[in-house]
Amino acid sequence: MNDTLHEAPIPTADPALSSARTAEEIFIETAPRSRASAFFDSDLLHSFLRSKLVVAAALLTVALVGAALLAPLIAPHDPYDLKSVSLLDSNTPPAWEKGGDPHFLLGTDDLGRDILSTILYGTRSSILIGLCSVLLATAIGLSLGLWAGYAGGRVDSAVMRIADVQLTFPAILTALLIDGVALAIFKNHPIEGSKFWILVVAIGLSFWVQYARTVRGVTLVERNKEYVEAARLIGIGPIRIMFQHILPNVLGPVLVIATINLALAIITEATLSFLGVGLPPTEPSLGTMIQIGNKYLFSGSWWMVAFPGVTLAALALAVNLLGDWLRDALNPRLR
Amino acid sequence: MLAFAIRRLLEAAFVMMTVALLAFVLFRFVGDPVNQMVGQDTSLEDRMRLREELGLNDPVAIQFGRFVGNAARFDFGISYQVKQPVTAIIADRFPATLELALAAALFAVLLGIPMGVYTGIHRDSWLSKVFLTVSLIGVSLPTFLIGILLIYVFAVWLGVLPSFGRGDVVRIGFWRTGLLTASGLKALILPAVTLGLFQMTLVTRLVRAEMLEVLRTDYIKFARARGLTDRSVNFGHALKNTLVPVITVIGLQLGAIIAFAIITETVFQWPGMGLMFIQAVQSADIPVMAAYLMLVAFLFVLINFIVDLIYVRVDPRIRIFGRSA
Repeated sequence: MNDTLHEAPIPTADPALSSARTAEEIFIETAPRSRASAFFDSDLLHSFLRSKLVVAAALLTVALVGAALLAPLIAPHDPYDLKSVSLLDSNTPPAWEKGGDPHFLLGTDDLGRDILSTILYGTRSSILIGLCSVLLATAIGLSLGLWAGYAGGRVDSAVMRIADVQLTFPAILTALLIDGVALAIFKNHPIEGSKFWILVVAIGLSFWVQYARTVRGVTLVERNKEYVEAARLIGIGPIRIMFQHILPNVLGPVLVIATINLALAIITEATLSFLGVGLPPTEPSLGTMIQIGNKYLFSGSWWMVAFPGVTLAALALAVNLLGDWLRDALNPRLR
Repeated sequence: MLAFAIRRLLEAAFVMMTVALLAFVLFRFVGDPVNQMVGQDTSLEDRMRLREELGLNDPVAIQFGRFVGNAARFDFGISYQVKQPVTAIIADRFPATLELALAAALFAVLLGIPMGVYTGIHRDSWLSKVFLTVSLIGVSLPTFLIGILLIYVFAVWLGVLPSFGRGDVVRIGFWRTGLLTASGLKALILPAVTLGLFQMTLVTRLVRAEMLEVLRTDYIKFARARGLTDRSVNFGHALKNTLVPVITVIGLQLGAIIAFAIITETVFQWPGMGLMFIQAVQSADIPVMAAYLMLVAFLFVLINFIVDLIYVRVDPRIRIFGRSA
């Protein structure tokens, strides 16, 4: 045994440990498994890599989110900077078409803004609004669901009644209505950037019901279990029991709903913007771009609609696929 | 059965009152109704007199009662924007939306059920996979994008179908229908397909899932053992038993179709209630918004109620009391 590559055994005080094994080997065996290695061994990753479609969807999502986040760095032009935009450049077709300009790879819109740059910035707005509204919906639904399930009685029936009434209407209608009311209130006092938050609140408030119902269902089961009883006996307050002890048990389903809702929220934002009650043309999202492009469909300027449309469809499809996979992977009955 | 119906009716009344309260708050407190109705140079005295005439100085509870009473008689006041009675505007727009919604539902059912049956029976054939992939895309694509795509292909590129409006309409009483003229029918195709596509994919997936479930049961195996033809087993025994949930979902989706008509009508400039609502939202026309809200809520509640009754009627297994919707 003259393997020179091996480290020499480290002499230790305990003779039982100083066998042929190195200190490193002993460390690996006795150290608790790190979270990373637990993740790499898990079923979740396994089922993830098994489906090529899901991997492709994840890569596409990462690419789109990455490109959107880096928009100010990688976009060739700044569509918000009106000084750099020239009307003379308007309606330029993509670079490879006749009359195209290599400066504007995907062409320009009716104001002369570069389509590629506007898509990058627009995707950023779409994803940000989607994420914020999903966070809002999750916060509301989670809190109300926990409260209704844990407190029971009158609180429970009140929350579930409101949920029932709201569930009578499709979410898009609720969002439109909240959006419309907010527009009516802020009509005479427009606040800078308020459109963004109006959209977040409108979409967030129309998607909370699903979380609340799911969380309530799980909470109803959990609150009668022994660990909750034990927590209550040693004098832990209801709020801490709800958020520290019951909450971890509902996170799985909530994560699944949140992922699927992210795709829905992005589509809802695009729809509201397309209907002309979302983000204004000066700070375009994907929906606003499609609305603008739609006006020029008959004049043959297909690129104004096609590129933002494909981006939106790809984003929604990729996030949807991830959500579907997450739902199946986290559902123990389907394993 | 009667107790069940009464319980559902009470619940429906509760939903309607909640929505009425919302609509009232909207009407009364978002912006001042008087300011919206009169010009800028109206004197303060005239404004005060108008307030008194409209009853805006009465206690809020009485105002709410009057609002509900008026709504029950289909009186929603005057539109701020168009300066016409809201009821007249809605009566003018309602037929267009209803025709569009029914055409879309028909499209969804007539295509969705056969596709669902086919993919349920031939699970692994390539055509099934094509159907399911298409339906996944149909679910993921936003409605307005599908509409634009159809306009581009059929109106801009091929130039065979119109891209906006209702075509020629024929007046029968107060009802203006586009179903009796060639141009009206042609104009209906693209909007109806756009609106019905999502529902079609939903019906396809539902029928497929139900078929897969039913085809596994013992009575289907027994029917096959008896030597019945495939057709008789698949359609006479299997499909029949999948239809209960399908009817329910289609009924409930009718409400969703009316709501999503807002988007389709905007894309195709279809002169229905959805377009009216969007224009009202854009111009903060509160009476029209309130009226639309009440009307849609009424339609939804009505559909829910009817579907619940049909459900109990069709499937005797669900005559258990207190089923949650």
